[in-house]
Amino acid sequence: MTQFVPETAEQLKDAVAWAVAEEYSVSVKGAGTKAGFGRPMETEHEIDLSKLGGITLYEPEELVLRAGAGTPMAEVTAALEEKNQQLAFEPPDLGFLLKGESAAGTLGGVIATNLSGPRRIKSGAARDHFLGFEGVSGRGEMFKSGGRVMKNVTGYDLCKLMAGSWGTLAVMSQVTVKVLPKAEKERTILLYTDDPAVAVRALTDALNSPYEVAGAAWLPKALAASAGIDLVSAEESGVAAIRVEGPGPSVEYRCARLREAVGVLGKTEELHSHRGKTLWTHIRDVMPFAAAGDSRVVWKISVAPSEGPAVYRQVLFLKGAEAFMDWGGGLIWLAVDMSNGDMDSKGGAETVRDIVAKSGGHATLVRGDGRLRADVGVFQPLAPGLAALTRKIKNGFDPHGVLNPGRMYDGV
Amino acid sequence: MEMPKPDDAVLSNRLRIADDLRAIVPGEGVIVDEDERRPYESDGLTAYKTSPLVVVLPETVEQVSAVLRYCHENGIKVVPRGAGTSLSGGSLPLEDGVLLGLGKFNRILEVDYDNRCARVQPGVTNLAITKAVEADGFYYAPDPSSQIACSIGGNVAENSGGVHCLKYGLTTNNLLGLEVVMIDGEVIRIGGKHLDSEAYDLLGIMTGSEGLLGVVTEVTVRLLRAPETVQALLIGFPSSEQAGDCVAKVIGAGIIPGGMEMMDKPAIHAAEDFVHAGYPLDVEALLIVELDGPAQEVTHLIGSVKEIAESCGAVSLKISESEQERLGFWAGRKAAFPAVGRISPDYLCMDGTIPRHQLPKVLSRMTELSNHYGLRVANVFHAGDGNLHPLILYDANIPGELRKAEDFGGDILKLCVEVGGVLTGEHGVGVEKRDLMPAMFTEIDLAQQMRLKCAFDPDGLLNPGKVFPTLHRCAELGRMHIHKGKLPFPDIPRF
Repeated sequence: MTQFVPETAEQLKDAVAWAVAEEYSVSVKGAGTKAGFGRPMETEHEIDLSKLGGITLYEPEELVLRAGAGTPMAEVTAALEEKNQQLAFEPPDLGFLLKGESAAGTLGGVIATNLSGPRRIKSGAARDHFLGFEGVSGRGEMFKSGGRVMKNVTGYDLCKLMAGSWGTLAVMSQVTVKVLPKAEKERTILLYTDDPAVAVRALTDALNSPYEVAGAAWLPKALAASAGIDLVSAEESGVAAIRVEGPGPSVEYRCARLREAVGVLGKTEELHSHRGKTLWTHIRDVMPFAAAGDSRVVWKISVAPSEGPAVYRQVLFLKGAEAFMDWGGGLIWLAVDMSNGDMDSKGGAETVRDIVAKSGGHATLVRGDGRLRADVGVFQPLAPGLAALTRKIKNGFDPHGVLNPGRMYDGV
Repeated sequence: MEMPKPDDAVLSNRLRIADDLRAIVPGEGVIVDEDERRPYESDGLTAYKTSPLVVVLPETVEQVSAVLRYCHENGIKVVPRGAGTSLSGGSLPLEDGVLLGLGKFNRILEVDYDNRCARVQPGVTNLAITKAVEADGFYYAPDPSSQIACSIGGNVAENSGGVHCLKYGLTTNNLLGLEVVMIDGEVIRIGGKHLDSEAYDLLGIMTGSEGLLGVVTEVTVRLLRAPETVQALLIGFPSSEQAGDCVAKVIGAGIIPGGMEMMDKPAIHAAEDFVHAGYPLDVEALLIVELDGPAQEVTHLIGSVKEIAESCGAVSLKISESEQERLGFWAGRKAAFPAVGRISPDYLCMDGTIPRHQLPKVLSRMTELSNHYGLRVANVFHAGDGNLHPLILYDANIPGELRKAEDFGGDILKLCVEVGGVLTGEHGVGVEKRDLMPAMFTEIDLAQQMRLKCAFDPDGLLNPGKVFPTLHRCAELGRMHIHKGKLPFPDIPRF
């Protein structure tokens, strides 16, 4: 296997064009932090984008940043912090979960996997902040879509297609994203409850209020205790958390009103400053399942928020299962025991996918060994019509299946 | 504007095709009479008119599916149409094409507050969604100025915006799910009430695809809780540079207003003459900055914006003290298009987006172009997100003047691209900007977009002649020219 490390977009194009001509398959890598996520692939060669890095344009007053796809997230975050800005979709650092250490990856990797954190419910996903790109298709051709402006409907929105395509359509060399100001202040209201239905009631009431909630999660007792924040574990019960951000006086006011509103459902508390940040980073990075020695299979389940409690209860029957909710009940992170490579259980795949299929939604196998990921697949199986369309789209960008073949589905 | 050459075989079969369609959509749902087809011959881009082959107005998804399957099997082109308010000719009929009107799909199917969404049929108007939920304190955020008339299905097709995009996003940022009928009649469902299905983002691709990929028969939109307070500032500046500077500084201060609109002098005067909104007439640029949220927040931010505006040289500044006054501030802006319509027999509304700091340059070049073409231009500008709407005034009764206006418009849009912007921010490419696409995209870029179309509609039957300047067969687009040989790039680092 040869690893190509292009330093220019032109070199990237040459490398892909060569692979296309010789019908070699290539895997596409940013920092390699998500190598254990997605269906396992065996490719003949690898393209490493780490030298296609660097911020090439950052205009804080225009809310826009452009960088090489291989730019480390740490570099992007540092540049934004200097201007008190951020990527509002709150990209998670799944390194702890997947590799046992911080590994936030590259900007291109974050976009290609469309990963978003707790603020997703208010500010949108990675794809909603993705304005434009340049890249090389699986035809070995350089192309672009989108631009650097917020409002653009010129041609098909290929940015949406690239976000979450896991490098199976094209290799991006450069990406442009929308950035936003950081909030002046944040506070988190805690409601102590062991009942996921009560928790989701509270989160729904908060999200349906005019108080612009920017995070709505629930941890059951055991996971609340492991967060390492005194107020979160104080009551020895599950904890619903509601985050409010904005200018100082507004945050205080909204916090007070929300506390009144959810206070009827149980005892409440308030987290200020760094303790709130610690809690949301803990949730964002799926830290409850990232402890050393925790090798359980981890699922990310996206359902309608009102289905959250029922789905939560059903998946808890799986072996060694623990779960918590984010996105107001719409996102369930689930860990299932599959010790000693017990392949018969398939990490709960059949149960999880059944439940999700019935309630309407999507389950993604985020952590699991290669055998399991190959066997049950990583993403929710597609209905036949969508599967056929997916193959046709792949074929239009990468007719020989050169780029990340099989990373998403068999043949895609 | 050149459209694909009509197929004589189809044209001569008009009556038989109408009969076949009547077998699918009985009664008055199939319109073939010339006079009755006439209301459909144009959309919001009234400069172009074509009478469709047949108009069909289905009422059920099964009928839509059967109509499309029939057209697919018989090689007949289809132009989908919502309310027909497209400003880019997105639903301009084809002589040899069936016009598929979705107007009868006008029901709100479900409002689900617990999941903050509504399931609606595509013919429901944008404003009707908000009207259905506002008593409960909710609304649907994107608000194109045609919101009274435009349909949500059309909003999906065009990825419509509005004045609140900077804070709340365009249509694409406010959708959860779609039901789509493909050209072969297959019905697919994308998304639902949950967020972010991990698969190719077909929801994102369908949005803004201008009716070229499939026909939307159901839309699940996100609902938002209405803010507690909304207040606006009306700020006059002696120059557009100063107004632009104020916009940049507001955002630079970390404030994202709900809306931030700019008007230039001709637009201010036209609007004031029309609705008497109380706009200052001695300023070169007028800003409307709207803040929304809890009263505490709005008061706090109004203070900050006022300070910034004054530091940028504002010569007049009013803060709305009542809902009536706030709506008054907007009355002129919202009436800007018809107001310009009053001072000129005809006008073309352009829709480029530019990086905001390029505004002074673009405005001064536009003045030069205005002199060059001898046509007046008024500007309204979604200043927060850089979306510019120059209104070019002309008289269609003067021979050659439409052509001149189009050329002027084309020059403006090319200028937008030249300064780092794009051809269209929210109105779509349609037929209007189709031939300008090469100003922004290479042939390879466009071919890649067309290959996406091929995945959905390999025979190119859905809305042909829109968006892409030249049509290519999918087989031709799929071909690859491969040069085998030695690794031609000895300089790439490899390990």
